[in-house]
Amino acid sequence: MHSYDYAVLLAFFALVLIPAPWLGRFYYKVMEGQRTWLSPVLGPVERGCYRLSGVNAETEQNWKQYTLALLAFNLAGFVLVFAVLLLQGYLPLNPTHLPGQEWSLALNTAVSFVTNTNWQAYSGEASVSYLSQMIGLTVQNFVSAATGLAVLVALCRGIARRSASTLGNFWVDMTRATLYGLLPLCVLLALFLVWQGVPQTFGDYVHAVTLQGVDQTLPLGPAASQIAIKQLGTNGGGFFGVNSAHPFENPTAWSNLFEMASIILIPAALVFTFGHYVKDLRQSRSIIACMLALFLIGGGAALWSEYQANPGLNNPQVEQTAPLEGKESRFGTTASVLWTVTTTAASNGSVNNMHDSLNPITGMVALVNMMVGEVIFGGVGAGLYGMLLNVLIAVFLAGLMIGRTPEYLGKKLQAREVQLLVATLLVMPVGVLVLGALAASLPGPVASVTNPGAHGFSQVLYAYTSASANNGSAFAGFGANTTFHNLMLGLGMLIGRFGYILPVLALAGSLAMKKSAPLGENSFPTHGPLFATLLVVTILLIGGLTFLPALALGPITEHLSLGF
Amino acid sequence: MTTYLRPATSLILLMTLITGAVYPLVVTGVAQVAFPEQANGSLLRDDQGQVRGSLLIAQAFKGDAWFHSRPSAADFATVASGASNLAPSNPALAQRINDSAAQQYLEAQGAVPLDLLTTSGSGLDPHLSPAAIAYQLPRVAAARQLATEALQALVEQSTLQPLIGPPVVNVLALNAALERLAPASK
Repeated sequence: MHSYDYAVLLAFFALVLIPAPWLGRFYYKVMEGQRTWLSPVLGPVERGCYRLSGVNAETEQNWKQYTLALLAFNLAGFVLVFAVLLLQGYLPLNPTHLPGQEWSLALNTAVSFVTNTNWQAYSGEASVSYLSQMIGLTVQNFVSAATGLAVLVALCRGIARRSASTLGNFWVDMTRATLYGLLPLCVLLALFLVWQGVPQTFGDYVHAVTLQGVDQTLPLGPAASQIAIKQLGTNGGGFFGVNSAHPFENPTAWSNLFEMASIILIPAALVFTFGHYVKDLRQSRSIIACMLALFLIGGGAALWSEYQANPGLNNPQVEQTAPLEGKESRFGTTASVLWTVTTTAASNGSVNNMHDSLNPITGMVALVNMMVGEVIFGGVGAGLYGMLLNVLIAVFLAGLMIGRTPEYLGKKLQAREVQLLVATLLVMPVGVLVLGALAASLPGPVASVTNPGAHGFSQVLYAYTSASANNGSAFAGFGANTTFHNLMLGLGMLIGRFGYILPVLALAGSLAMKKSAPLGENSFPTHGPLFATLLVVTILLIGGLTFLPALALGPITEHLSLGF
Repeated sequence: MTTYLRPATSLILLMTLITGAVYPLVVTGVAQVAFPEQANGSLLRDDQGQVRGSLLIAQAFKGDAWFHSRPSAADFATVASGASNLAPSNPALAQRINDSAAQQYLEAQGAVPLDLLTTSGSGLDPHLSPAAIAYQLPRVAAARQLATEALQALVEQSTLQPLIGPPVVNVLALNAALERLAPASK
């Protein structure tokens, strides 16, 4: 590793961790409707939205009403995107006259963007018009992230409130998350990206004649504005097919650093937002320590793995160094690996290198990051509500060990809460193992595999893990655009999204109604190094025990067979 | 039901207006004024004003008189871009790399730099490492009958050395500068 490799690691952690406490407090104030310095500009817009939609911002909803509002809003979004993708051939802002998407692809894409997954079975520049990118995909990038944030604050309120029947108002939470939480940061990042070289225009694709006289078409479009939200909203759906590896999406080492830090900027900040809700920032510190520990374990393993030359290329005529297939020169090994770890730890799924070509253990780190349920920072909102589920499971386990009723921040965990927790534990195994096994054993679907041997199985495993974890990255050689995979992966994405959201909101409702018992001397403390360690072990055990056999068949076999 | 239907439909339409139309339009407006070059694709034009490419998008260069770009799995296609997605364990990868190394290998210069043998993530990587340029330099100098020192000066002008990333040379910028200095005989 060179000095610039250490510099990019240092700059990355500084960009994420230094603003987090401040930004986390900002999100708390915004979501609780307190005045911020943005209120004079965005306040009138916010109130206008409520007036036009007939929303009374003062009323609150119980968990069932909150859930129904969320589902209605997501359904409306789905219908809109699905229709726009099917009909884009008849709609304006389509300079290259692209036809509508085939129905199963449009269905898959609509589900993918509504669930914050951004799995892409298509290539943006070749099959989605400017209009579809803007009013279809960009909008869902915003509101799917805002939906995640809304669910998180509902859970925070459920934990913080005592003997309460309501969790807030979904319409208000979603609107505030979009307007204050996402838009301002996106404008800043988008302009920074244009400065670095990302196109932002409504002009047509440009025709060029290369220096050697060959015709070339340069695809352009309003890319920077969409890339900003795809990173900040942990969406990950590329404007161009090869995503953030494309020089127009990610032109320089600096654009790369900022896009990468943007992936977990908001998820890291939200950990502190939670601390403000429960009026105990020690909780935030132990959770973020746990996330960092898991991030560093995975990151360390991935860097170690990816700096090894591929033994299969041992030839005196070939330079023996860290593999470069599928990587861009301007990023190099360190920034490529760091991106891979970040994008899979958070449920982002954008890629700046091709994961299919990574060394087996690097690919396995990406898989494990997703398999533990996207809780290592995770998606906007979704990462922390997933992590809080693990916190509750750790508390439950600790309760069993010390023989007391488990309680978290004064709230007793009883049969109903534990039932809901167990329901969420089933989401990843069902999505990955059941749907994945089906895809890996049927002769038709298995034809999508493009690499031989153990890696071929890894391709299937990666696709179904990515969909169920709402990540969206891929071992991109996998031919995902078939009716079977479009529908099954779509199902995986729905299970992975709503299989968490529904139990989490029910849990929030149930916790909100409880009285709060004061913390006694015998209560198990949920801050400090002991609890953080317990939390790390809980997450690794649950994920590890469930998925180790599948990993052994894929990346581990490939690693051993290559002779590293 | 209408308690949910009206806010759901009107809010999705309002959010579409704000985040899907106003937001990209505002960013486009500011970007077109503040950074017009970059916002329109960092285009490279010749003296007649003809667009010859984008400084960010690799072009295919063939023949001894040009610095060759990073290999492209999609043969430099721009719509749609693509990668090889070959696994490290795929025999096709080793086969392709060994064949390509046999073609490019120069005994005097040692092993071929790996970025000249591997395809990039985008298939449009506009850069190469300084080592990969140096490997090609004697060939280009001979073909254009240039002193290697003059060529090295050109290479340095097209080299980027960011604080937080590896040094890279923009192959298109380098070839364009080369063509101004000593046009290749067609």
